[in-house]
Amino acid sequence: MKDVTLSLAEVVGEKYVSSQPEEAYFYARDPGLMPAHKPDYVVLPKTVEEIQRIVRLANKEKIPIVPMGAGMSLSGLVIPLKGGIVIDMKRMNKIIEVNEKARYVIVEGGTSHGLLKAYLEKRYPRLRHSIPDSPATATIAANVMIHGQGRLSQQYGFNSDMVAGLEIVLPSGDICKIGSCSLSPEWFSKGAPLPDLSGLFLGWFGATGIISKVALKLYPKKRMRDVEIFVTDREDLVPDIIYELTHTEMVEDINIFAQPLPMIFKDNHHIVICVTGDTDEELEFKKKMIFDALDRFIKSKDGGFMSVAPAMKETFLEMPQKSASTFADVTKGGGFEYSGPIIVVERYPECARKLEELATRYALKYNVTARVIGRGHSMMFAFSFTFNRADRDMMDRTKEALHEASEYALASGGVFWKPTIDEQRMAIERMDPNTRNLIKMIKKDLDPNGIMNPGNWEVNVDEI
Amino acid sequence: MKYEEIVHRCFRCGYCKLTGDYADFNCPSYRKFRFETYAPGGRMWLIRAWLNDEIQNSERFQEILFSCATCANCVEQCVFTFSDDLVNIFIAAREEMVNRGVIPPVVRDYLKNIYSNGNPYKEPAGERGKWSEGTPIEAYDGQEYLFYVGCVGSYDERGKKIARAVGNLLTKAGVSLGILGSREGCDGNEVRALGEAGLFQFLAEQNIALFKELGVKKIITLDPHAFNAFKKDYPGLGGEFEICHYTQMLASLIQSQKLPLTEYKARVTYHDPCYLGRHNGEYEAPRKVLGSIPGVELIEMDQSRQNAFCCGGGGGNFFTDILGGGEDSPSRVRVRQALDTGAQVIAVACPQCAKMLDDAIKAEELEDTLEVLDVAEIVTRALS
Repeated sequence: MKDVTLSLAEVVGEKYVSSQPEEAYFYARDPGLMPAHKPDYVVLPKTVEEIQRIVRLANKEKIPIVPMGAGMSLSGLVIPLKGGIVIDMKRMNKIIEVNEKARYVIVEGGTSHGLLKAYLEKRYPRLRHSIPDSPATATIAANVMIHGQGRLSQQYGFNSDMVAGLEIVLPSGDICKIGSCSLSPEWFSKGAPLPDLSGLFLGWFGATGIISKVALKLYPKKRMRDVEIFVTDREDLVPDIIYELTHTEMVEDINIFAQPLPMIFKDNHHIVICVTGDTDEELEFKKKMIFDALDRFIKSKDGGFMSVAPAMKETFLEMPQKSASTFADVTKGGGFEYSGPIIVVERYPECARKLEELATRYALKYNVTARVIGRGHSMMFAFSFTFNRADRDMMDRTKEALHEASEYALASGGVFWKPTIDEQRMAIERMDPNTRNLIKMIKKDLDPNGIMNPGNWEVNVDEI
Repeated sequence: MKYEEIVHRCFRCGYCKLTGDYADFNCPSYRKFRFETYAPGGRMWLIRAWLNDEIQNSERFQEILFSCATCANCVEQCVFTFSDDLVNIFIAAREEMVNRGVIPPVVRDYLKNIYSNGNPYKEPAGERGKWSEGTPIEAYDGQEYLFYVGCVGSYDERGKKIARAVGNLLTKAGVSLGILGSREGCDGNEVRALGEAGLFQFLAEQNIALFKELGVKKIITLDPHAFNAFKKDYPGLGGEFEICHYTQMLASLIQSQKLPLTEYKARVTYHDPCYLGRHNGEYEAPRKVLGSIPGVELIEMDQSRQNAFCCGGGGGNFFTDILGGGEDSPSRVRVRQALDTGAQVIAVACPQCAKMLDDAIKAEELEDTLEVLDVAEIVTRALS
């Protein structure tokens, strides 16, 4: 066998491949709590052809491959569990096409949400996409691969529901187009009216293929945005409040947060409601509808709209919201992780109580964050703890608290979002056996040599 | 190591390597090398790993640490409360490497040259003031201002031209100034940035003693790097002087009509030097100068002011060239950004930026399209 570093260098050029200890150290871990696993090589391709050649090489030599965007999942999804090649996709960050009237964009697999936001603001000010609150470096392809959520998820579902087409490098090295783009130059649909093959790739964390291009649906960008915060100290009422809010069909985004500090926040549940409009009249009308919808909670003195200071308003309107990252330094420690199950909205109260109980028991700083997906069809609930990276004991306590939160979430009907390996194992064990077999069959057929992000979505639990 | 107690706090979220509007990568070393390890977050995690003996010092580790241009984009964009210390942390790590004697040979040679010759060019001190021959600029003898030129302005051919342009303009405007010539010492800004804290202190104390002995109260600097050292580091060592960068002086002289300008027709884009802009918050003075020249059409690059992209010469890289070479070298990227504006001239306010961008224009084969001119050279062309 020819030296793999040399072979990779022939593909991408010497300066874009590394098997050095420095890259091995860094790419072995992410900002979360998953144990490190070193890659043997890190490679930075520039073209889809280069990815194909890397995959073919890996297939021939049976070397694992892990595609990586910004590595911001926090749940270790791009940690190379079995070593091999980490493909850092971020040199492939071109915005290939915007179809303004059909409202979609085609981007390369390493394009970040921040770059697309800046691009649209400059060139297409009437268009926007569903930007998540992960850091602006987070890549679009990785975000849809993990079924991310963003600012438009209340209206349109998961960010992966907003995919309009995919180009995939299969484990064989072949390129496959998914959706309308498979038979048309236009990338307007990932599935319908064809068989929707996107499900073979979305949610698989790169275990079935590498997204080299993704088309994303764009949406009207209203000229104005504003935020209101409805506060209640009765968590049991949160599902009803959300039901009323979503019934109005007037809301861009609904997020909920609760945290014990500062003291004035304690025991309150803050429902952050974003609204948009093209005119003052439109914005005011929507706000009035929202106000009227929540009127009964105000009259019963169970809640009310808080006044939002300009600085606070700015924080909530920011896209992405940087404070989602700064939570990592609450304990002056550089880390946070959350178990973020997707649950039905009715489960919010019990999950909020559970999070507080866990935080107290494990002596951890915590934060409830939840985002409504669709018209209340589900919500992402984050059992979120912050930890100090220099405090081993705190990290261990955080791990235990998260494990307990995951078990709780699963037992109460939740489904893991971007699950850690532990959570994947728990999910696989609990899953309907025929579904489990289907997953196994698909993975085996697509990736017979088991080279694609191995360890993830392994049905044979002992292989994880 | 200094700052050891906060180095674990980086979340590696990556805001540090972007512009404020997220439109592009703005960390020069990340932009060139593209491994996460060369971004500020990568450095933070590797420094911690090195301190914890999880990785060893190596040629690559040295390249990662010393390719940082100390441009402070990370300081500008990092979302955490410790952002102000990011560059200081990287310099502290270099300091630790210097103390342990494990640094790249080019850095070692630079530091040795400063130590033994007082300049990185291995030129005699007697040559230091030669750039001023044929100009009306006098030796410092109690004039109102000391015009501090620095190593690049004194020895580099491009730097000397800029020093002459600035010196001539200031004397023409009637500013009372003098230079130290062979008595001038290296300001030490790059020595500090490359981690030789002891040598920096020695240079600074020597300069401060000389300035005090000569009764210097006010200093005009040619180089933003010297401006930075005098303004930020010298006061802590007992060197309190009134410091201005020459563009600040020119802006004031033009406003008070002491430099009557006629027309100079050109489409100009201005490149902010990191040590004048992000490090010291001076974005306006050079723009005021350019904006007051009839015929100059000032066009901003997408990445300007707080979001300006570094030429790649900062943090000692002007001398060590660890960050140079190839089409992704920051200076070549910056020249292409300037080209995108449709400008004919890249205006600079730093002799290091001038040389970096001049070389990049040659590498990009744009000599017939773009010209690098210092702000003082542009003003000179517009003098009546």
